[in-house]
Amino acid sequence: MKILKCHVGMGDKVEGEALVAKDNFSARYDLDRIKGVFSRPDHELAGQSYDGKILVMNTSKGGVASAWMLHEMKMRGVTPKAILFNTANTILAQGAALADLTMCDRFEEGDVTDLIQTGDRLEIDPAAGTVTIANRT
Amino acid sequence: MRLTDEEEAMLAGKMGKARQWAIDHQIKVGRMFDAEDLVPVSQAHMMGDPEAVGEAGADFLEGMADDGARVAIPTITDPRGVDLSYYEPMGQTEEMATLERRIVGALERMGVMMTNTCINYQTIMPPVRGDHVAFGDTGVVIYANSACGARSNFEGGPSALAAGLTGRTPRYGLHLDEKRRATRRLRVSEQPRGLTDWGILGAVAGKTVGSYWEVPVIEGLEVTPTSDEMKHLGAAMASYGSTPLFHLAGITPEAPTLAAVGGDTLESELLDADAMGAMRSRFGGKGDKLDVVVFAAPQLSLVEMEQVSRLCDGQTLKVPLFACAAPQVYPDAQRMGFVDKIETAGGKVLVGTCFYNGFAREVGEANGWTRLLSNSAKIVNILGGYGYEPALASMEDCVSSAIAGEIV
Repeated sequence: MKILKCHVGMGDKVEGEALVAKDNFSARYDLDRIKGVFSRPDHELAGQSYDGKILVMNTSKGGVASAWMLHEMKMRGVTPKAILFNTANTILAQGAALADLTMCDRFEEGDVTDLIQTGDRLEIDPAAGTVTIANRT
Repeated sequence: MRLTDEEEAMLAGKMGKARQWAIDHQIKVGRMFDAEDLVPVSQAHMMGDPEAVGEAGADFLEGMADDGARVAIPTITDPRGVDLSYYEPMGQTEEMATLERRIVGALERMGVMMTNTCINYQTIMPPVRGDHVAFGDTGVVIYANSACGARSNFEGGPSALAAGLTGRTPRYGLHLDEKRRATRRLRVSEQPRGLTDWGILGAVAGKTVGSYWEVPVIEGLEVTPTSDEMKHLGAAMASYGSTPLFHLAGITPEAPTLAAVGGDTLESELLDADAMGAMRSRFGGKGDKLDVVVFAAPQLSLVEMEQVSRLCDGQTLKVPLFACAAPQVYPDAQRMGFVDKIETAGGKVLVGTCFYNGFAREVGEANGWTRLLSNSAKIVNILGGYGYEPALASMEDCVSSAIAGEIV
């Protein structure tokens, strides 16, 4: 297994399968939050389901409204298991804190969307600031 | 994070469940952004319209109110999503209004003042230089930081509420001196004239820097913006760039000189006329069909209400025109006859909402509105993602187009 080091994040330890895109994330504009799929046609993951996945993306976008939306997704039970970013913006981090969603960013080894590939098995430890890729050496 | 005895007591639940949630939330966020402690704030401003809050958020807010949550500092609100005196004609549903009423009810029980405005720096209590606040609307934050020299991060609804409950916020980002220094130096070659030009300048500057952690200092301005022009400059910059702070060399309080914010050591980048023109030509063409004209984002000041009313006076509008007024502005606008002039011409003044945050997609579909004209660069940016084809024009051209029924 391979261990990546990141900034201390938030939320609980989680394990899951990665869904990676070299694109950004807006809870407000990119998602069909009822169906749990990326809905904006020109998003790299358009049509794909994020439910139960660990999303790995570049950064988060959107204004203050998006702080409420992760919570709403979590309550409805259609939500990513965790989100990893190169850089999270403040609003989505606040939203993750409300929703108790695991979120980490700022990876020491470089661009996280290169370091992790779709389908990788990940173990995230936000308090320690580590992400383990179980299927790689 | 370093906590005071009082903060430890909050975290231990000795000051109630709501404050315990609030400070726990702030510690989680603060840890992620390397805050060393919490900083007392003088006021909080909270965004919580029903479209964003949703059913789950309304349940959460009602639960907080049931737990006896009470705000500890003046806590005010951003525009609502539903004007409860005028939602059916907008095509908003009873379900939307019910959600709105639930959220308002819960916030009122917590002692939140329902000011419903995104121009609180013009209508309620502008913060002063060095004032730490927890503001929750990107346009409000950028104005407070830049024009007033106050200190705030973008605080989403839950975080602004947490600040209201604890009277503090985690000390990271723009609460720190070093994060307020300029990181990009932009020079204008064209002097902005009028609200829309200032909005275009903000949009171009925002797109150029494009990050929460970049602070542009703008040089070369020979004109000093009015408060309304500064409002459009900031709202557009925050919308296009996620930018929370800018400096105008020789104008804004922290930048009496370029050197005062470290701008003298940065390479100057020219925002030329082509960049501004490209921003203008991204939007609609003359003679195009027009469905609706909107003045909002940010809400109108009394001065803007007077300007719109003068343009509408004695005219007959062929397409619907909406002007979103701050609730503090509305009574004056009514008393002075501005509302009457706009509505006699066929327009409508909405109170306490801001159009784009009130189920704009559903409203557009219910009324068959696609081609939307506004003088706000911010609203044009946002509504493009909501099924509209928005176009940008000056206030004068917006009203002339509403009279002609097509873009002039």
